[in-house]
Amino acid sequence: MKRALIVDDSRTMRMILTKYLRALGFEIKQAGNGLEGLKALEEMEWADVALVDWNMPGMNGIEFVHSVRAQEKYSELRIMMVTSETDVERMLQALEAGADEYVMKPFTQEIIQDKLSLLGLAA
Amino acid sequence: MSITKQDFNFVRDVVRSRSAILLDDNKGYLVEMRLSALAQKEGIDDVQTLISTVRDKGNISLRELMVEAMTTNETSFFRDRHPFDAMRDTILPELIEKRAATRSLKIWCGAASTGQEPYSLAILLRDSLPHPSLWDSKIIATDISPEVLGKAERGLYTQHEVGRGLPAAMLVKHFKRTGLEWEVKDELKAMVDYRRFNLVEPWMGLPKFDIIFMRNVLIYFDTDVKKQILTNALKYLAPDGYLFLGGSETLLGLGLDYHRVNLGPVSAYCPGA
Repeated sequence: MKRALIVDDSRTMRMILTKYLRALGFEIKQAGNGLEGLKALEEMEWADVALVDWNMPGMNGIEFVHSVRAQEKYSELRIMMVTSETDVERMLQALEAGADEYVMKPFTQEIIQDKLSLLGLAA
Repeated sequence: MSITKQDFNFVRDVVRSRSAILLDDNKGYLVEMRLSALAQKEGIDDVQTLISTVRDKGNISLRELMVEAMTTNETSFFRDRHPFDAMRDTILPELIEKRAATRSLKIWCGAASTGQEPYSLAILLRDSLPHPSLWDSKIIATDISPEVLGKAERGLYTQHEVGRGLPAAMLVKHFKRTGLEWEVKDELKAMVDYRRFNLVEPWMGLPKFDIIFMRNVLIYFDTDVKKQILTNALKYLAPDGYLFLGGSETLLGLGLDYHRVNLGPVSAYCPGA
């Protein structure tokens, strides 16, 4: 089974993404900010993909991406930003930090599936 | 209220005579859906009234809009992905090497629709060419519908449209924000030449192509028309060129002078048996 980590401070957003990803055969773990996300990754041992919001209290999404990409053990982890930040500069910043894909809110189930497909994680 | 058999037959006959596209008997829902949208747009009460206005009152402009509504397809960037992977990994590197002396590559996109397919091809071509500005590279993108060609030429897409199938790295490289929408950058627009073209009318004004994309359009035609289109395409395809069809379309059994080439999960067709 594929594993995903959802890092978002909105409980509603975590629920929506969980529903979409479960339908695609993923096992899910959730975290409410970047720090919790790093802890969750340690506990999970491995994950295929992390879906990460940008603006969160504590550690934000871009700090989470930098921290994950600094650790060799997570080199296989794919990172997909899922955020309401829709400026080109923000997208470039995320990609340069090491995010693999970028989804702008609001999104649909089709978009999440398409983006996971680009990462080789969905049909 | 679903469409009557009599109304469906009338629409099918009009669409067939005007575009040679054949609507199967089970496409009643499609007629209903597409013509409901048209009726609403034109301020007509319902589909039945729209059809009777065309049939009984001979409204020609409405008839053309009806044909257009029935021949437009939904699409997305890099739709079905595998043909584009084959283009990036195999076809373009091979043809770029072969054409290094002439520095010329021409692609025909035969069902341009709202532009996602031609721009996907333009992105691949631009990102594959060693020095794009030194090449005469062009995508001729044709469609029967002037309305969709207008949208394609503008190159403006919603957040939802660019979210479908387009990698983020390509979005930031080849598009710019224009208000709430995303606009194809000028250098990419300049690579695509949009033209209205009816595949069942005489073919004129087309150059020789290295690659022809004619995906998900032949399914609408009967066998004789399909054979005619594909025979015409042979005349416009370079001897070492490639023809791509939709995933559910095949040349098998048509007795045409093409051979199939396997490219991983997809196939293309080359001239010669």
